[in-house]
Order: sequence, then structure tokens, then C-alpha cells
Amino acid sequence: MQGQPLPGDAHDPPPILETRGLVKEFRGFIAVNGVDLTVRRGHIHALIGPNGAGKTTCFNLLTKFLEPTRGTIRFKGEDITRAAPQAVARRGMVRSFQISSVFPHLSVRDNVRVALQRELGTSFHFWKSGRTLDSLDARAMELLESVGLEKFATMVAVELPYGRKRALELATTLALDPELMLLDEPTQGMGHEDVDRVMELIKQVSANRTILMVEHNMKVVAGICDRITVLARGAVLAEGDYATVSANPAVIEAYMGAESEDLFGEEPTQATSTRVPATEVVS
Amino acid sequence: MMRTKLSWPSVAGVALLLVAPAVVYPVLVMKVLCFALFACAFNLLLGFTGLLSFGHAAFLGTAAYLTGHALKVWEVPTLVGLILGTVGAAALGWVIGSLAIRRQGIYFAMVTLALAQLVFFVLMQAPFTHGDDGLQGVPRGTLFGIDLTNDYALYYLVVALFVGAFWLIRRTIDSPFGQILKAIRENEPRVVSLGYDVARYKLIAFVLSAALAGLAGATKTLVFNFATLGDAHWHMSGEVVLMTLLGGMGTVFGPVVGAALIVTLQNELAVVAGSLVTVIMGAIFVVCVLAFRRGIVGEGIALYRRMIGEKVG
Repeated sequence: MQGQPLPGDAHDPPPILETRGLVKEFRGFIAVNGVDLTVRRGHIHALIGPNGAGKTTCFNLLTKFLEPTRGTIRFKGEDITRAAPQAVARRGMVRSFQISSVFPHLSVRDNVRVALQRELGTSFHFWKSGRTLDSLDARAMELLESVGLEKFATMVAVELPYGRKRALELATTLALDPELMLLDEPTQGMGHEDVDRVMELIKQVSANRTILMVEHNMKVVAGICDRITVLARGAVLAEGDYATVSANPAVIEAYMGAESEDLFGEEPTQATSTRVPATEVVS
Repeated sequence: MMRTKLSWPSVAGVALLLVAPAVVYPVLVMKVLCFALFACAFNLLLGFTGLLSFGHAAFLGTAAYLTGHALKVWEVPTLVGLILGTVGAAALGWVIGSLAIRRQGIYFAMVTLALAQLVFFVLMQAPFTHGDDGLQGVPRGTLFGIDLTNDYALYYLVVALFVGAFWLIRRTIDSPFGQILKAIRENEPRVVSLGYDVARYKLIAFVLSAALAGLAGATKTLVFNFATLGDAHWHMSGEVVLMTLLGGMGTVFGPVVGAALIVTLQNELAVVAGSLVTVIMGAIFVVCVLAFRRGIVGEGIALYRRMIGEKVG
């Protein structure tokens, strides 16, 4: 493993999520091989890497949708290696999925309400009227407004255009007010305008929380991410800010066939540079 | 605030049920209501939770025998007999449900089928069911002093039970719990990721569905004065799938329409077509799956929405 451990910089915020020696084997195939990942509070942290590098598997391990073969995961200092996925979500780590994951035949508002109603503690009450959920409407509309979906509240989610579905997903995740959000390719399959909007949105919701995202779009990574971890063949290849990572020859080599310029564009002058071409490493 | 809105189909339905015995043979309507309740209970799982149980006959049959045995041998009051059947089915639902919800999709259906077959063979061998002869001569007894051997008296009890159970199902669908069930049907991993313990929701839905299917079986024993192995046979599990799909899975009234249609058809055709009934049922199933997958009520709703849409835009 060539991963560089983080320098113990005193200015770094404390870690919120840490893995040590995380391994996942599928019948002899090692998808994730000894990953040490540290996500620090308040950061937007990107997980990038070529196809099949184990990014999504990593996500599934962190959110406990998969059981790790070996290694430990600590969230807010607590060991969650053997916790159930719903328990992890209740502790404040909520994920999204690679393909858009709305509830297609519920209305846009009801999508958000499904997340909001957990706090009411009445979700097992099959004898209660559905109107007891109306008290959540104001908050649901607020959340929809925050992602620009207030006009679509009564629409059935399946009818939303793709980019809006991702926005709805974000609103649903935000409804739980998670401390740590894990976004699996939030801009995948989007046109340029949608990418810009979602990027802006992520930036906006990252206030007071931590975000870990798998992302292929280098413009997004360069634009909003504080820290980047590069995975290749299930292991950490490099870690650091955008400038460090994009200059790393091992990283460039890992994206086989991709020239340095194709992949990362010109060296960004600012962290928020928009001059970087929106080249996608096709997934 | 807490009232569920009365919809006109419900009001019309209840009114129709109240006057029906004036024109239709009450036992036929009672039979329809028993199967309608059975199908509605099944639809709570298939249509609103996305779980295809292929073993619901086990709950219908177990409750039918339990109620029959309690009334005939233990000579308990009618109401107690009905409750015993329902609670028994709920308990069985808890056992079968806890095992089945560990699997998904077709495997879930297979586990329910296998366990229901197990129940069937137990019922076939157990002495109190009288095997192929069935449990005959179950007394209807009385309720609040009213003699239920009178078909009309029993009819209104059955209507009351059906309306009550149907209301409970509707309430469940609309409840906070029902919202989570629908969300599970739509996207199970997402519900997990939002922090819900999906297995518990599925289990409660399964037990509710089993209990109501049990109530249908218990009521059926009361109506016909007997319980037979046919109630627990896998044919019955298939029939309830057919009723639900034909009427419209995931709609509130679909299973009622489907059950009414199938029961009436079987009744009418038994005279003219004899053993061809099963072939005709099969053909209906094929046509339903190929031509109108939303079922009768589902297609009706879709048509209505299209018409509304045309008027608006």
C-alpha cells in the first residue's frame, strides 16, 4: 500500500470517520484491500479512482450495507464495524446511492416526509391517521425550497427529470440532518447545468456537516472538495488536496490511457477554479 | 383531525351491502365478502409492501379450522371462536413471517409456499380436522342473543366484520406506518439508509395481513358451517393472487372487485362448465397479465387520470 498517512497537522479538524485496515473479499476477489481512511469533520472529502477501484464497495462497507471481512470502522469515536445499517443511519451517517434512489410512486413531498417522520416516533402506528404527518409539511417544503423543488411538491417523483431526482434525493437525506453525508456519484449522468447546480447545492449543504462523496467529475472534485483520496485496486493510492493528488505520478498512471491534461486539465489556480474542463472519467 | 375521510365508493359500497340481501342470496354475498377480505389482507402485503406471499391459504385454513374446532368441540361463544381463529392466524403469521422476511423476491414467495405446505400437511394429518372429510357441522351460535342460524342475521354480522376490517386496512395504508410500507415497496435499500428497521415493518405488515386473512377464514367457517382442507391448499394461495391481480394490486378496492368477480364466476360456471372452471380461471389470469396488468380497478383509475389530464392540458 502506497497510501501516505495524513500528516498530524494540528490545524486539521478532528476525524469523524476512520477506517483501519478495511478489507472486503468476495470469494477470493479482494475488492477493498486494507483501506485506512480518515474523514475529518467539516470537510468535503472525495473518493476517486478508476473503474472497479472499490469506491462503491467502500461506501457499502462504511454504511454497513456490506460486512467487512477485516478491519475496523469508527464513526464519531465509536466502533461501528458490526452495527446494522439502519443503526448507522440513526447515528447520523446517511448515504445516497449511485443510481438515483427516490421513492418513484410517492409524491415529491411525501418522499421527504418519509425521512422526516422518523423523528415523530409514530412510524409503527398503523392505527393512526395519515394526517398526523401533516405537521411535517412545513419542514418538508422548507427542504424542497432549499433544493429548488418547491414547485414540484405534489408531482409524483418518477416524473421528475433526472437532475431534479438527484436534488430530491439530497433533500430527503438532508431531512435527517445527518452529521456525515455519503454521496455516491451525485452528478453522475447529468448535463452541465445540472452538474453546476448540484455542485452549488452540495457546497451549500456542507455547512455544519461533513460530506464524503464518490465522484468522477474532476470539475466537481477540484471545485468543492477539501480533501481527496484516490483508490486503485482496492487500496489507497494517494491522498491530499487537489493540487497534491493531481500532481502525483502514480495517480496519473492509475488512470491508464488518460493523459495528465485530459484528466485534470490545467493546474487549477484556485480551489474553486472553474477553468478546469469538465472532463469525466467515464465510469 | 383523526377522521379518515369518507370516500363516495365506501359509502356507496356500504349502502349496497345493506340492501343486497333483498335481491341476492345472502350466503353468496357472504362468501364474496369473506374472499374480498382475504384478498384485501393479501393486498396489504403485495400491493402496499411489495411482498408476494404464496402461502396465505395457511392463514385462511388454520383460522377456519381453529374457529370451527373451538365452536364445535369447545363450544365457545361465536365471538370468542372468531377471535381465536384470528389470533391463531396472527401467531402463525408471526412464525412464518419471521422466517420468510429474511429472504427477498422469489425466495420470499418460495419460503412462504414451503411453510404453507407444511401447515397443509399438518392439517391433513391432525385428527381434529377429520382429514378429507373436513370439519363438518360447526354451529353458528348466537351473538348478543341474536340467533345466527338465520342467514340474514349472520349476514349483517359478516358485513360489520368486513367493513371494520376493510376500514382497518385502509387506515393502515394511510397511516404513518403505511407510508413506510409504501416506501419499502418503492425502494427498500433507501428506507434502510434512512435509518428504518425494515425487517420489523415487514413483520408487522405480515402479521396484520395474516390476522385479517385469518378473520376471513374464521368468518367463512361460520357462514358455511364447515372447514375443509381446500381452505389451506396452495390452490387457495393462488386464487387470492388471481383475485388481487384481476381487481388491481395496490388499489384499495381492487381486491374486492377481483374477489367478487372470481367467486361469482366460479358459482355460475360450476353449473354450466363443471370441471372446466379451473381452465377458465387460468385463461382469465393469462388475459389479465397480458392485457391489463393494473387490474380492473387499476385500469379504471389510470383511464380516469388520463381523462382528467386531457381536460386540464
